[in-house]
Parts: sequence; C-alpha cells; structure tokens
Amino acid sequence: MSSPRTEVWKAAAFGVTSFLLYFILFEFEGEILDVSIRGRWLFIVPVGIALAFSFVHGAFTANFWRVLGIRGIKNGGDR
Amino acid sequence: MEDLAVSFIEIGLSEAAFLLVVGFVGGLVSGFIGSGGAFVLTPAMMSLGVPGIVAVASNICHKFPKALVGAIKRARYGQVDLKLGLVMGVSAEAGVLYGAHIQESIKRSFGDAGSNLYVSAAFILVLGIVGGYVLRDAWRIYRSGRMDAIEKAGRLARRVQSVRIPGTMVYFKSLDAKISVLFTIPLGFATGMLAATIAVGGFIGVPGLIYVLGAPAVMASATELVIAFVMGLGGTIKFAWSGLVDIRLAMIILAGSLFGVQLGAIGTTYVKPFTIKVVMGVIMVVILLSRAIIVPVYMAQLGILQPLDETVAAVLSKASFVVMVIALVVGASIILYALWHGRRAHLAQHEMLEEPVATD
Repeated sequence: MSSPRTEVWKAAAFGVTSFLLYFILFEFEGEILDVSIRGRWLFIVPVGIALAFSFVHGAFTANFWRVLGIRGIKNGGDR
Repeated sequence: MEDLAVSFIEIGLSEAAFLLVVGFVGGLVSGFIGSGGAFVLTPAMMSLGVPGIVAVASNICHKFPKALVGAIKRARYGQVDLKLGLVMGVSAEAGVLYGAHIQESIKRSFGDAGSNLYVSAAFILVLGIVGGYVLRDAWRIYRSGRMDAIEKAGRLARRVQSVRIPGTMVYFKSLDAKISVLFTIPLGFATGMLAATIAVGGFIGVPGLIYVLGAPAVMASATELVIAFVMGLGGTIKFAWSGLVDIRLAMIILAGSLFGVQLGAIGTTYVKPFTIKVVMGVIMVVILLSRAIIVPVYMAQLGILQPLDETVAAVLSKASFVVMVIALVVGASIILYALWHGRRAHLAQHEMLEEPVATD
C-alpha cells in the first residue's frame, strides 16, 4: 500500500489527465466524430479512444474511491 | 458537421448529466453482478433523440471498456476465471452474430413491432424462468439461514462435471474441476444471443456459470465481465465498421459507469455470495414486469389484439420505461446498502482486532 499522500497525488494526476482527455474530445468533437463515423478500418478510432479513456479514467476512478477510504478486501473468490 | 446533425445529437449539459447518472447506476450494477446495467441506457439515449441503431452502437462501445475495467478490478480480488471467460467469450461472440441475424430477419418480415414483440417475448421467457429460479434459490438460502455457508455446486453442475469426453476436458479454477469444454459452447452461445436480443447476456451467462457449470456466484459474476468484454469489443468493431458509434455519447456514459463499476466491484468483497443472487433475481423479475406491461402495445400494433387507444399505448410505454428504471434503482440500492452494511461490520471487526483495515 502506498502512503496517503502518494494516493492523493496519483488520483489528482489521473483526474487531471482524464479531464484533459474529455476536454480534447469535446473541443474537437466535430473532427473526431467525422473521422470515427467513416467506418471500415477507421473502426480503430472509436475503439482506440475507448481503450485510452478506460485506462486513464479507470485509474482515476480506482484512486478516487481509494482516497475516500472505500477499498475492497481480497477474499479469493469464496470457494 | 451539418450532415452529421441528422444522426448525431447535440449534447448539452443536461443531457450529459443525465447520461452520467444513468451510467453510474448501470456501472454499479454491472460491477456487482457482472452485467445488467446496460439495458436502460439504450432507451435512455433514445429518449434524448438518439436514433435506435446509434444508441445500441454507442451503448456497446461503452460496455467493453467498462467490462475491461471491472474485470481487472475483480481479478485483483482473485475472483476472475480468465480462461473460462475467454473460452465462453468466443462462443458468445458467435451467439451475438447469430442473434443479430435473427433480429434482422424478424425486422425484415414483421417490421419494428414484430421485432419489439420478439425482444419482449425473449425478456419475459428468459427473465421469468431464469430470474424466478435465481430468486427462488436466494430465498431458499435465506430461509435455511446458511447465508455464510461455502457455495457448493448444485446437482446439475455436479452431473456436468462428472461427464468425461476425451480430448475436450479442461481445468477451470472457478469450478475447481475439469469439465468438457463442449458444455461451455451452448452456454456462451446463448449468452451472446441474449446479449444481441435484450442487450444483457449476463442474465443467462451468470446463472449458467453458477447452476450449469458450478462456479461460485462471486466468480461467476466476475468472469461474466470477461465474456462481456469479448462480446462488447466484437460488437463495437461491427458497429464502428459501419460508422454508427457516437463516441461522445459512449465516453460520457463511460465517465459515470467507471465510478460505478469500481464501487460495485468493491461491494462484492464485503457481501455474502447470496446477495449477488438476490440483486440479480430482483432486477430480472422487475424487468420482467416492465416488459409485460408493454407487450399489449406491440400485439396491438401487429393486429393480434384490438387497436389500443393512443393515450393508453403512451401510458403503457412510459410505465414500462419507469418500471425498468425502478429495477435498476432497486438493484443499485441493495448493492449500496449491502456495501455500507458489510463495510461497517468489517471496520467494527478490525477495530476489535486492531488489524489493518483493507488490503486493496
């Protein structure tokens, strides 16, 4: 387990990056939508965006609950 | 952007806030029972003016990253059987393609009303039989007072595990047994078909993993997230190939749902396995009611029943949507209560023992 201060910094760093990603998505929504709906091999655009957001925003949300003290207990699947 | 305005809506603050909240609640349910949070999102997007096909495509595009994050989180708790998830994911993908093909054929032959009736009939049949069984099992466990007992494979699962077909036997850690991989194929296929029909394959996938294969509820719901990821990725590629995904809508929903999926996954570590069955059973049975309300409208549209008054049809449609939202809210409330209750008990126990509180 990292120190509380490190956890707050991690949450803040991922939070800011996540915010930036969303800002870029909506600042350039016309251009991004235009490319992503061309279809065919450009399917990679929405899939890539979804993966990038899941990594950054997923890390932010995990750290967010951790900083608030809401954490899980490892219980090994209960068998 | 002019040409896009026909198919892709303007997203204002109120639309974004609405989708964030629905996304959060849906994510919470998915993180906890492995799926089941997405069925409200397609109608919710359509209520904002998003065309049906774009709503379906955008919904599935938010599902696969959500399932990925949920699966990773739950794998950290040791709850995911990756091998079983991937094996079933492949046959589920085939089921999705076949289910979509059936949907298209019905729509071609009977139009929108026929397609809607087919979806509602699938809802009622599957949710009635499987949901009723899950809820009855949860009730039986509750009545027996053995909520803390270690889960054991049922009679059907023991029979499945006892079948030996040379060359097809594979060990799965969630079952702690070798089973013939042939049993996973129809189960995965049915999961995919249901996902293509009602958007929630987990209503067959999770009970199937528990009652047919013999996985514990916690591992079944976690492994379903792997299956959902495989199906969601395949579905997204299919729709994105045709240029139907509105990535803005998908990412707004994802913003809310990732908060929810993390919390739902955390919740599974505090509750008794029987709680997963309760949440799943309750949601399934309430949705069943929601679909039963709308069936007369589709039957009237197809001429099977006398035409309904327009006001009556509108009231039934609205009531059906409201009951669907209630299903999700009731499920989410049980999860939040169980998390809060379980966490309080855990903290009280650790205060007595003076041990570190959490390991995540």
